[in-house]
Amino acid sequence: MPIIAMRNMKDNQKGIIRAIRAQGELGRRIRDMGLVPGTEIYIQGRAPLYDPVALRLRGFTLTLRNSEADHIDVEVDEL
Amino acid sequence: MTTIALAGNPNSGKTTLFNELTGARQHVGNYPGVTVELKEGTFSHRGTPIHVVDLPGIYSITAYSLEEIVTRNYLVREKPEVVIDIIDASNIERHLYLMIQLLEMGVPLCGAMNMMDVASNRGITIHPERLSELLGIPIMPTVARTGKGVEELLDAALSVKDNPPPQPLRLNYGQDIDRALDRMEDRIKGHAMLEDRYDPRWFSLKYLEQDEQIKEYCAKQAPEVAKAFDEAYQQLLRHLESTLNTYPEALIADQRYGYIKSLVSHGIVNYATNQSKLYISDKIDLVLTNRFLGPLFMVVILMLLYKVTFTYSEIPVGWFESFFGWMGSTAEKFLPEGPLRSMIVSGVIDGMGGVMGFVPLILFMFFGISFLEDSGYLARMAFMLDRVFRVFGLHGSSVMPFIISGGIAGGCAVPGVMASRTIKSRKERLATILTVPIMNCGAKLPIFAILVGTFFSQARGEMLLIITFISWIGALGTAKFLRMTVIRGETTPFVMELPPYRIPTLKGLFIHTWERTWQYIKKAGTVILGISILVWAMMTYPLLSPEKEALFETERQEILATYALPDSSRALNYEIPTKELTPEEEKLRKDLFALEGLRAETALENSVAGRIGKGIEKITRWAGFDWRTNIALVGGVAAKEVIVSTLGTAYSLGETDPEAPDSLSKVLKRSKEWSPLKAFSVILFVIFYAPCFVTLVCIAKEAGSWKWALFALLFNTFLAFLLSLGVFQLGTLLNLGI
Repeated sequence: MPIIAMRNMKDNQKGIIRAIRAQGELGRRIRDMGLVPGTEIYIQGRAPLYDPVALRLRGFTLTLRNSEADHIDVEVDEL
Repeated sequence: MTTIALAGNPNSGKTTLFNELTGARQHVGNYPGVTVELKEGTFSHRGTPIHVVDLPGIYSITAYSLEEIVTRNYLVREKPEVVIDIIDASNIERHLYLMIQLLEMGVPLCGAMNMMDVASNRGITIHPERLSELLGIPIMPTVARTGKGVEELLDAALSVKDNPPPQPLRLNYGQDIDRALDRMEDRIKGHAMLEDRYDPRWFSLKYLEQDEQIKEYCAKQAPEVAKAFDEAYQQLLRHLESTLNTYPEALIADQRYGYIKSLVSHGIVNYATNQSKLYISDKIDLVLTNRFLGPLFMVVILMLLYKVTFTYSEIPVGWFESFFGWMGSTAEKFLPEGPLRSMIVSGVIDGMGGVMGFVPLILFMFFGISFLEDSGYLARMAFMLDRVFRVFGLHGSSVMPFIISGGIAGGCAVPGVMASRTIKSRKERLATILTVPIMNCGAKLPIFAILVGTFFSQARGEMLLIITFISWIGALGTAKFLRMTVIRGETTPFVMELPPYRIPTLKGLFIHTWERTWQYIKKAGTVILGISILVWAMMTYPLLSPEKEALFETERQEILATYALPDSSRALNYEIPTKELTPEEEKLRKDLFALEGLRAETALENSVAGRIGKGIEKITRWAGFDWRTNIALVGGVAAKEVIVSTLGTAYSLGETDPEAPDSLSKVLKRSKEWSPLKAFSVILFVIFYAPCFVTLVCIAKEAGSWKWALFALLFNTFLAFLLSLGVFQLGTLLNLGI
């Protein structure tokens, strides 16, 4: 199954996180919020200006900027 | 007295529990050098007096955010007897991440499985007792909003205190990391400085997570250990990169979540329904953060907040004004004329009135903000507007301070600066605090109104709109400039939770609102009082020389003699309206009034403020400002409302009522010193220059240092002068407005 950057996911698309490539503070914040490899996520929507993105995981909603979502690789069913 | 600390994620219901426990018996604790607030309170449970501390909400125990550092330092240094970790039952995995870290630290822990009602509404069944068995600490089900389970929670917490201190939790982090940890732990043992303060295993683990605070501490206390640890880390990093294509920090987090997953799968949570279905909160979001409807609703909500606060706070503001007006006139009646009376009336009472006048505004504004914050809407606003604010080096959450400070004309920078507390990223918060005073607060409006009405009367509406635009662009542009220079640095990651919508509890709203208001009264009341006395003294001293006073008195007697009215007291009694006077009496009053105005002007010119105004005229004239304008602008640093009244005094009009500025407008129109170009130059200066003293005090408090208040005072004034200078010189060159 294809692996894409989270930025490129469509609204309402599901996926499983495969890799977090961010280091330092950003990497740690992302992981602290429960975004670790193997986590199922779902794109809930985007802000009016298409950035940041809101996603759902582990029963809560998290928002990330697209530039931050770039560091997250997600395995999706279809492109 | 038993000390209990409350820890937990933001939005876990921690503050609700704290409010439930302490009610109004809480205050902001005094921990030096800490800008993040630690609230504390006392209460008693079944006869045991308890001191409870509400630690800031955090997701993890790293050393990145101020909140995390504060929490960690508190736990390590103050060693509370019990820590209650509040977990949101409807969101258990992420909340357990913090609990695991607390267990690893080895703090005496008791868990509160909160929001059991929300979880069961979502079809989630939780078994806290099983989690309790697996982790070896009491975990009690609670609903903090209603107080359900709180008594039992306290019983359990107190039992933790009586048990022997717990062994820190040791997770299995995989062979490579565990082996490195073993070696590091051995190295620490026997090193008193390191061992006394931290648990060796935890210290080693944090070192592998590259925790800045721990690394710094180690390098300071035991440089040779730090060197060995750095080597161990590099070795581990190389090994993990080559074998697993990962690095220690990431692996540690993965393992923690792996452990949580195994915990949860031990029958702790049962999901009755499909978890991807939409909850009510998500349905609300479909509308409130919708691409088209979202911004529309946001505008409506902001307008509402604005209208309600500024309209309804006017009533109590009016009461305060009349009260201080009454105090002033009473003091005038009972005190003999002289410097003491002048100081009490113009310095103390006016100054206090100026400070207290903000209180209803802050009260109303923070009630509104607390509502938006507690309901979860504030996070949505940040989400929707982040893209715009990020361009200027700010954060989505900066929107609230900007709007309050005068994004819609008529705000106030005092609650604006205070509202910046909702911004969690340090640099973005500082940039916001320093730039919101550029927005057009209500106190700047009278001077704009006079100048626009006098010099741009054909395009009144357009000019006011232009002024609003200038302040927005100016504030955001300045923020960008600051973020590129003084507050340079990487954008703080946004990574923000959108908490489910909740109806705020009234108790919480009242407590939050009162807390902010009281802080303001305490801080501003003391400092501002001193400053307003200083400003009064600057505008009063030195007094006119006795010879000059004698000259004015002679002239006064001459006027009285010229009219030679049988009873001149009627003309001097200002309580008798002009209409009831004879034409002769009216003329006498006018002449005397003009003389008094001239005396006030001469006195002001002679004062320290007047001398400053004259002294800097040489420089300010390049921007078009004469000494009278200078004095008014200097006075405006005390409070922007003062600009109009001081300008009136400087033009011999006596105290000009900002509400009825007709006479000042006429004088300015006739004056050869004024032109539309100069008026515009002054308007520009007023938009940008130094925040008023009340705002400066708030800046010092919120930014954590007087250094930043001083910076705002000097930098903004310099910037404003540069802009006015440029516009005035360019305008003169192009022959505009003369």
